[in-house]
Amino acid sequence: MTHRRPSWRPSPAQLPLLPAALLLVLALVGPALAPHDPLATDVANGLQPPSAAHWFGTDQLGRDVFSRVLVATRLDMAIAFAAVLMSALAGNLIGAACGFLGGALDRWIGRVVDVLTAFPLFVVAMALVAALGNSVSSVIYATALINLPFYIRLARAEVAVRRHAGYVQAARLGGTGDARILLFVLLPNALPMLAVQMSLNLGWAILNGAGLSFIGLGVRPPTPEWGVLVNEGAQFILTGQWWVALFPGMALFGAVYAFTLAGDALRDLLDPRRRT
Amino acid sequence: MKPPLLEVRHLRKGFALPASARGLALPWRRPRPQVLAVDDVGFDIRRGEALGLVGESGSGKSTTASLVARLADADGGEILFDGDDIASVPARSAARAPWRARIQMVFQDPGDSLDPRANAFEAIAAPLRRLEALRGVELRRRVLRAAERAQLPQSLLGHFPHQLSGGQAARVGIARAIALAPALLILDEPTSALDVSIQVGILQLLDELRRESGMAYLFVSHDLQVVRLLCQRVLVMHRGRVVERGDTAQVLDHPAHPYTAALAAAVPAFVPRIDTAAPGARGGPANAPAPQPPPASPASFEGAAFPSR
Amino acid sequence: MSGVLLQVRDLSVRFRRRARSVVHALDGVCFDLAAGQTLALVGESGSGKSVTALALAGLLDPAAEVTAGSVRLNGTELIGASAKTLQAVRRGELALVFQNPRRALNPIRRIGRQIEDALQARRPRPARAARERAIELLAQVGIAEPAARWHAYPWELSGGMCQRVMIALALSGEPALLIADEPTTGLDVTTQAGVMDLIAAQARQRGMATLLITHDLALASGRCDRVAVMHAGHLVEDAPVGALFGAPAHPYARHLILSTPRLGLPLQALRAVPGEVPDLGRTDLPPCRYAERCERRLDAACERTPVLSAFAPGHRVACWNPL
Repeated sequence: MTHRRPSWRPSPAQLPLLPAALLLVLALVGPALAPHDPLATDVANGLQPPSAAHWFGTDQLGRDVFSRVLVATRLDMAIAFAAVLMSALAGNLIGAACGFLGGALDRWIGRVVDVLTAFPLFVVAMALVAALGNSVSSVIYATALINLPFYIRLARAEVAVRRHAGYVQAARLGGTGDARILLFVLLPNALPMLAVQMSLNLGWAILNGAGLSFIGLGVRPPTPEWGVLVNEGAQFILTGQWWVALFPGMALFGAVYAFTLAGDALRDLLDPRRRT
Repeated sequence: MKPPLLEVRHLRKGFALPASARGLALPWRRPRPQVLAVDDVGFDIRRGEALGLVGESGSGKSTTASLVARLADADGGEILFDGDDIASVPARSAARAPWRARIQMVFQDPGDSLDPRANAFEAIAAPLRRLEALRGVELRRRVLRAAERAQLPQSLLGHFPHQLSGGQAARVGIARAIALAPALLILDEPTSALDVSIQVGILQLLDELRRESGMAYLFVSHDLQVVRLLCQRVLVMHRGRVVERGDTAQVLDHPAHPYTAALAAAVPAFVPRIDTAAPGARGGPANAPAPQPPPASPASFEGAAFPSR
Repeated sequence: MSGVLLQVRDLSVRFRRRARSVVHALDGVCFDLAAGQTLALVGESGSGKSVTALALAGLLDPAAEVTAGSVRLNGTELIGASAKTLQAVRRGELALVFQNPRRALNPIRRIGRQIEDALQARRPRPARAARERAIELLAQVGIAEPAARWHAYPWELSGGMCQRVMIALALSGEPALLIADEPTTGLDVTTQAGVMDLIAAQARQRGMATLLITHDLALASGRCDRVAVMHAGHLVEDAPVGALFGAPAHPYARHLILSTPRLGLPLQALRAVPGEVPDLGRTDLPPCRYAERCERRLDAACERTPVLSAFAPGHRVACWNPL
């Protein structure tokens, strides 16, 4: 029985993924779409409210806020994705090993995780910035490090729950050794849950990256980055030029919301019971 | 006469008691109080025979099965398979042992024992790939043959576990186990999770497979009826010890040990009057007297301890 | 023998599934239960036995819809009754016992306390009286040292003891009808016998009717006055226990009996039930849902939905070509 593949239309369950997808597209092509050069200054035109020429208005140096917000998407996404991927990769492997092997390894890693959790992000970030210098990479490393316990715990739980499952025993009977079981049986089964958490985690990572730049760690002006933009615009709120800070702030809000939505949608989509 | 395929001697396995049972025991105190799940268990299985292992929950039968399958390590005792001492190989390394393919297992819950991310073909093929290094055409041929012997329709091979019914999933589990042509097949309650009407088909399949291939079975079950149908000899376990052993009919019809008697008495007897020989035949009059009254309940045996042989 | 306690007529239930599909879980189920009688509802999984129990108690999933039918317990209509009426009925005349007793009990509350909760909900009484009655109930269900066991949490008890606690909870309202849905599945066989004996003894003592839902024919044959066989949401046969197991009229009932192990019969003599339970979500379900598996199918006659009709005194069957 053959059937023609219908043209793809988003099902209600897939709709929530669109905002995140849009963000990713913007991150990739944003800079090409910017109507103005985000770094071009025009002090005479500074602090103009939103208009036809400048949709989001201009900042104190006359730069087009819209272009800056748009171009910043790429950097913010990059930082967040890099941090999450790093911590997820390391965290999943460590956590899975702990969950699978248990024993002394599990106990000691658990203690390290407890110590890491005790540190607030900003303290770690400041320490890393002091050590590595004020750069994008130290922001990424700091965010990844603080995020590590989350993935270790998550992967550990997912693996521990499945460790005694019948199919793991069956794999042993079928000649699969422990390492292969961990990598090719347990982790793939835990992947959907991990994917959902990673998506939700991206929202957190975006916010934290922006937060660090807001206080001056990591990305520095004039590089457009949402946290930097909010910082630059903050001083003007009281004098009535609300647009300089508002639009970058809304971009942050939108991004976090988009990835949270995506995470929820992924969770529903990846639930194995839905597979027909 | 050839030596038995499997010889188990003085098998012992204990588990540390959970914290609540110990009270406020300090974690570093040695020795930790233990409960012996398997306590000095010994038996033989000859080539081609089906040995039943019956007992209720807590009897140690499932633990014994996983020890024999080398999925877990015993605390003491010997397990000789075709002369090899397999107990000396730790469970962690058992996957690479030379005898791995010859001892296989069918699990109780097919839903739990099939990888949700692997379809039926993959599930059956995986052990063949790893233990016999088969690939391509040869691999496919063996998988198809195993599926055929397990009476699993080829069309289902692309299906995932959640797309299979209980009976179909059970057949995948059986196909996977027999694909390697094991000498000893351990079956841990293979039909308990299945609907009663499907059980018959699976049991008949298992019986036929054993007769055809000469595999030996260690059949673990709490269901005396099923053990009676499939096994020539039976062991009765209670609280980790073997309390009775012997020819199935003998042990179940004329139990010597009080626990066995209690078990046999508790099984609801089914004595319908319809004649199975003639299809569509009708038995006695429509108002035939009801089958025997319920047996007296050996409720006192709940949790009681028994002397063991 | 008093009058009819429970009257079920034309009960039909359907469920909405995720997409636009509908599952026709029950269709036209009819049966009666007299006071003090025990009726077994048997069938394969997917036959609708549990749905029937839940429908009777008004505990169906929100996705389920009773599309037709009536359920009268002691004259009170339960289908469409208000939540208040249903609650009152469940506290008084109707009691339920389910499979998996440990999961049905609140894990963080002592069992004695849970029984007292049920007692107080039914009829408020002073604390001491409630405590005494709870301990009395625990003793009645065969729990040794009831005063001490009052303090136990469900996780400290074995499966069999948890089921006894469930029964104590069920009995606390002095019910006229006890619905037991697979009460012994998953329990050890000696425990099963104990639990079933307890239910039977209590039923005898209190003149309580029992609706026993099980897939185990052997269990049904030894414990019940009457047996009703369900297949794919239809009630296909309803007969006294001796008549059903001695001379079943519906081919499905006969196949079920032939597939059940019994003493003296070797494995080869048993016969699996042919075919499979049809998917109740199909849009092309045949009127007789057994037709596709039936070897006695008559081409023209079996195109219509079979109706439960008298076959012999007290024996009804829904089949156009009964045995």
